[in-house]
Amino acid sequence: MKRMMLSLLLMLPLPVLATPPLAPESVLQINNRFTDQNGQDFVLASRRGNTQLVAMFYTSCRYVCPLIIDSAFGVERSLSADERRKLHVLLVSLDPARDTPEALMSVVAKRHIDTRRWTLARTDDAGVRVFAALIGTRYRKLSDGDFNHTSALVLLDAEGRVLARTETLGAIPDPEFLAKVKRALQQ
Amino acid sequence: MRSVLAALLLVPVIATADDGFVRVPQGTLVSVLKYEDNLAPQNIDSFEIMRAPVTNAQFLAFVRTHPQWQRSQVSPVFAEPGRYLSHWQGPLQLGPGVLPEQPVVQVSWFAANAYCEAIGARLPVWNEWEYVAAADTLRRDARQDPAWREGVLAWYSSPSNQPLAAVAQRPANVYGVYDSHGLVWEWTQDFSAMLVSSDNRTQSDPDKAQFCGAGALSIKDKEDYAVMMRVAMLSSLQAVNSTANLGFRCAR
Repeated sequence: MKRMMLSLLLMLPLPVLATPPLAPESVLQINNRFTDQNGQDFVLASRRGNTQLVAMFYTSCRYVCPLIIDSAFGVERSLSADERRKLHVLLVSLDPARDTPEALMSVVAKRHIDTRRWTLARTDDAGVRVFAALIGTRYRKLSDGDFNHTSALVLLDAEGRVLARTETLGAIPDPEFLAKVKRALQQ
Repeated sequence: MRSVLAALLLVPVIATADDGFVRVPQGTLVSVLKYEDNLAPQNIDSFEIMRAPVTNAQFLAFVRTHPQWQRSQVSPVFAEPGRYLSHWQGPLQLGPGVLPEQPVVQVSWFAANAYCEAIGARLPVWNEWEYVAAADTLRRDARQDPAWREGVLAWYSSPSNQPLAAVAQRPANVYGVYDSHGLVWEWTQDFSAMLVSSDNRTQSDPDKAQFCGAGALSIKDKEDYAVMMRVAMLSSLQAVNSTANLGFRCAR
């Protein structure tokens, strides 16, 4: 009897193992291939499950991009240790031509970034266009290879839905945005 | 011998099947858009572009094979529910008021981008679009001709509540491209790159810190109202938006 039950059980589909599809509002559903600072490929759907900050940047950017990293640090510093542990950060490069995993890693080293929670990533041109459009970043490549771009920190919930965004950058976080980060981390 | 040569000359040069694209030769473009970092005429590499905007029939075939782009299934991050393809009778029916040969409209940038990727192409960049759209039936750059300008402007000033005509009903330009003007507005791959965003148009501190480096945009030829209107329209859109007179074509 026991054996029969077991074999019956084995014939049933295993709903626990099947991943339910992402929420329709999730920006993590694009299939473009991303590569992190270690050279590991991933798709955005693999980042499901954590509240995260996302932004776009590029490594050779001298003016605003360091400020984007400062801003994410600023948010982190304003959180409790518990909250901080739960918040992940994804920075995606606008500059696939120059931002190899090695270039991304150099920023990790220079800015003392904790890669247990932070990911610096690149994707191809098509991926950059779609991802930028999804998180509302406008950009244009300049003739000298630099970029003109709008800058924002975007807060995603664990499903990848956009909860909030701020274009107020700097080490002191935008209070309204920070409140939304804290609220998201409580859930 | 001479007759053999003459016969050879009569053989059509194009050997491949026509898939709706035409090759546009390399050249230079003095864009109406003047960027601080890019003042000289810009080189345009040779590329291929669709002769006509993508039609309802073509887009219907695409959503049949790519159900995630049917209006009943599309994710709201990729297209606005209630607007995207809202003029069709159903997710897979055009209905009596919508002709297969009309250009498809009410498509988001994401949907247009996905269509072009699905046929192994891409959306044209703005410079490519402007380069092609500068031509008339005889000249590659007709933009200085007041008569040409008036003709283009006439469309922009005509009411847009008429049903859209079918594509390719009026003469093609010198490249063999139809409907650059006079039918629908078109998405470009880099529509969001123009950075003439609402933030810049309002007087509320145009927050320079938003941008990495220089490269501000101004309009070079203020007489070219038609193109300025396109720029203003495209730069006011988000990739998820769609409108009743905005379509697209692909390039490669």
